[in-house]
Amino acid sequence: MNTVSNQVNVPVIAPESEEVSVETIRARRRRRIVVNSLRVLILVVIIGGWQLLTSVGNPPLIDPFFWGQPSGIWQQIVTWVTQGTAQGPLWQQIAVTLEEAILGFVIGVVLGVIFGVVLGRNRFLADVLSPYIKAANSIPRVTLAPLFVIGLGLGFQSKVALAVVLVFFVVFFNAFQGVREVDRNLLANAQILGASQRRLSTEVIIPSALTWILASLHTSFSFALVGAVVGEFLGATQGIGLMIQNAGANFNANGVFAAMVILAAVALITEVLITALENRLVRWRPNTVSEVTI
Amino acid sequence: MNNSLPMKDVSTGTQNAPDQGMYAIELRDVTKRFLTPAGKAYTAIRDINMAVAPGEFVAVVGPTGCGKSTTLGLISGLERPSAGEVEVMGEPVQGIDPRIGYVFQADAVFPWKNVLNNVATGPLFRGQPKAQALERAHDWIARVGLTGFEDRYPHQLSGGMRKRVALAQTFINEPQILLMDEPFSALDVQTRTLMEDELLNLWSSLKASVVFVTHDLEEAISLADHVCVLTAGPATVKGIYTIDLPRPRKVGEIRFEPRFVQLYQQIWEDLRDEVVISYERAKQRGDQ
Repeated sequence: MNTVSNQVNVPVIAPESEEVSVETIRARRRRRIVVNSLRVLILVVIIGGWQLLTSVGNPPLIDPFFWGQPSGIWQQIVTWVTQGTAQGPLWQQIAVTLEEAILGFVIGVVLGVIFGVVLGRNRFLADVLSPYIKAANSIPRVTLAPLFVIGLGLGFQSKVALAVVLVFFVVFFNAFQGVREVDRNLLANAQILGASQRRLSTEVIIPSALTWILASLHTSFSFALVGAVVGEFLGATQGIGLMIQNAGANFNANGVFAAMVILAAVALITEVLITALENRLVRWRPNTVSEVTI
Repeated sequence: MNNSLPMKDVSTGTQNAPDQGMYAIELRDVTKRFLTPAGKAYTAIRDINMAVAPGEFVAVVGPTGCGKSTTLGLISGLERPSAGEVEVMGEPVQGIDPRIGYVFQADAVFPWKNVLNNVATGPLFRGQPKAQALERAHDWIARVGLTGFEDRYPHQLSGGMRKRVALAQTFINEPQILLMDEPFSALDVQTRTLMEDELLNLWSSLKASVVFVTHDLEEAISLADHVCVLTAGPATVKGIYTIDLPRPRKVGEIRFEPRFVQLYQQIWEDLRDEVVISYERAKQRGDQ
């Protein structure tokens, strides 16, 4: 080894630059460790502090009866998982809520995209309808829930309807804007290349607006969950919303928090799925956008 | 009819009408006005008269923002004239003619399609079977030197490569009329020269009539058979010059020929005044 390195004229810069890169890799790793440990620390402080303040002292500084207690929340989840809820097994409650949310989400997205593309392409129609759309959008749509219960009953239809209404406007406005933002050069080019009106929509306008539409899916799925849960508040026989409602009615703060944790887990999992879908559908896009996440 | 055509050739003083009396492109007293957002009428081009013979390469030069692109929009059928007549292959332009190809100034390749699908777009839109369209696309990708890049998306390519994709995308439709709107203005000088040579090669095999809009007089002279100088907006034809440089040309070298320099000086005399007018106007608008 030694003889080889003596024979070859090794440039001076090479080992140095290598050292620098090792140094930067090390610095990056150190930073990652610091970030992750701080994250864990924050969690420990919040959960630990909460647990501490609700258990130490007599009476404790915060009353666990009103504000819950991490250990109690955990026990509640364990109970639900092992023994089921008052309405039946836990997974069934999750399935019911998820089913309502997904159905509402899909219908809302499809309607939102269709209306967004049609109005985005037809300026006349958009001008005619715009005051009504603005008015409809300004109504807090959760207030429609009682109406859906009256009209559609206490079954899953009223929950789906609420989810649809919540999802529709988010997707609609994004699709509409996406269609309006389509590069005029791309439209002109497609027309010159011989695109019919239909293919202009399917092969230029929708792919181009897809970035906008997909961006709206992240927020709109949580809206769909809100729709399903709020619908269940108002009357249901099953679902996470009903669990929250029951826990609240029984002054079971831990139960409310436990259901919240379950909802959050469901929302996080679907968020991951939507991101995966997005990355699949817009593979053609440079990575810069998807990388900017916190 | 030919007499009414203002194809007065300033440099040679001859009439350059073809014997058959049929032009590939003909603009007669064409005016185009736009409505500005403020509600005023803005005249982009006024009383333009121009004719391009079949297989001829015409470059249109003029100061920035004088309405050069508008002229192409009118020929392509993307825009309608406010007054006057635009004829392509002897027929008035009504809608988008399938015999026309258009290369845009900005990137107009579809970012969500890879190179292969971008090039195959035209044939597919025109109803060719997919297998045949893809086969022809492969052929054209090879002709613009992009073999091996079929699977790449436009954002993974350099500016020059994207322009090659745009050229292949246009040429695959075998247009008889080729409209080019400052297609190479965003490229660096070296890439640009390469692309100009590439264009001349492709054009010589296609024999299309070309209208090439540019603000670069050097580019115009190196490429064209005729250079048409437009006035500062509203644009009208100031003069048409015949470029009698022999073909095939090598764009990188032709600019050193004495005849090239001579033509350049001659046309620049004409163009300079317009550039100055346009610049002064822009300055005034800036002052206000």
